[in-house]
Amino acid sequence: MTAIVATGLGMRYGKRVALRDCSMEIPSGSVTALVGPNGAGKTTLLLLAAGLLAPTAGTITVLDRTPDRDVELISRIGFVAQDVPLYGSFTVAEMLRFGQKMNHHWDQQLAQQRMEKLQIPLNQQVHELSGGQRAQVSLALALGKKPDILLLDEPLASLDPLARREFMRVVMETAADSKITIVLSSHLVADLERVCDHLVVLSSSRTQVVGEIGTLLDGHCVLVGPHCDSREPDIAGVASIVERTDSERQTSLLVRTNGPILDPKWISEPVTLEDLVLAYLARPGATALPAPRAMSQASAS
Amino acid sequence: MIHFRLNAQSGVATYVQLVHQVRHALRSGLLEPGDQLPTVKEVVGSLAINPNTVLKAYRELEHAGLVEGRPGMGTFVLRSLEGPPPDKQAALRKSLQRWLQSALEAGLSPDAVLAFVDAAIRDVTEDSVA
Repeated sequence: MTAIVATGLGMRYGKRVALRDCSMEIPSGSVTALVGPNGAGKTTLLLLAAGLLAPTAGTITVLDRTPDRDVELISRIGFVAQDVPLYGSFTVAEMLRFGQKMNHHWDQQLAQQRMEKLQIPLNQQVHELSGGQRAQVSLALALGKKPDILLLDEPLASLDPLARREFMRVVMETAADSKITIVLSSHLVADLERVCDHLVVLSSSRTQVVGEIGTLLDGHCVLVGPHCDSREPDIAGVASIVERTDSERQTSLLVRTNGPILDPKWISEPVTLEDLVLAYLARPGATALPAPRAMSQASAS
Repeated sequence: MIHFRLNAQSGVATYVQLVHQVRHALRSGLLEPGDQLPTVKEVVGSLAINPNTVLKAYRELEHAGLVEGRPGMGTFVLRSLEGPPPDKQAALRKSLQRWLQSALEAGLSPDAVLAFVDAAIRDVTEDSVA
């Protein structure tokens, strides 16, 4: 099952293009990292998925429906915006009551239990809370409506390491409990490696890398060998070279593979998610996208 | 009950680290047949990692016949792992010493030997995991 499908998706604000020709499939039940530099279109993509914007080109479907203007669908989507919008003068209890009044499905008990577990006092005003607590309150509001899809825009950006861990702990427990599909954007790749199973890299308004993280890591490696004069060395098992670093004596290549590397001249090392993402971002022309056919097969399995 | 921990710097995939820790606990007797592994939610709650990673590790242990998932109850240890018998261990140690001697004679420094061993372990374990 596929939770989110974008096909030729594009969005422009006046003359400025925020997203162009984006195609991807996000499987149900996955935790997807949406990664890219500032201004790459991450927020726009999440706003389109949340139904808060209508695309200017192409289509996006969420749970096989079109999110903009589909109120029933929107009630199944939880969205936490980047600036964690809450009413500062409300108490935590009033904020939860607000969530209860504004949503069709609402689990007040669950939301209250979450606050108790995190020791966030219900009678405290929101503006008196720490950044980490505010993030937890907005997460509780998004989860209180029992969404099938949870979209988090840069949830970790303003949190200290401990608050980050606490936040992701709640998100991951939710993922373990239900069949929820989660998409979270970030530019901190290292934070995402242990929580996400799928990856979408956006750069300059386009999708650059889409896939299951394990498959992507298995399909790339770093080759280290003696300095190589040829600009595009022909090595059996290498589909394309993503990044190349030369020193006088050594050449190291981050490559996408299509078979085992048996050439004894090259020592093959595994690649980390962070290195992989940074290598692609440094070379916007390179892509690792599934073919359209492969994409629909992947979602069927 | 065992507690998992993760080494982010090791470069070893998270699910592989979990598998290794269970195997180690089985070998050392910390886990015995009938013992329950932490539930997916417990592991996720303590390590803040993706639940699919835990499921993948448990599936792998299940494939190896070491544990069994019982629907609605949890994952239980089926059998323990015994290390090789003492005489076998002594023989392995002997052959390693012989190899080390020849490596040192060939001019490899102890550091270089360690790098060799690291690379070889990675090659071999990756093959067995894949």
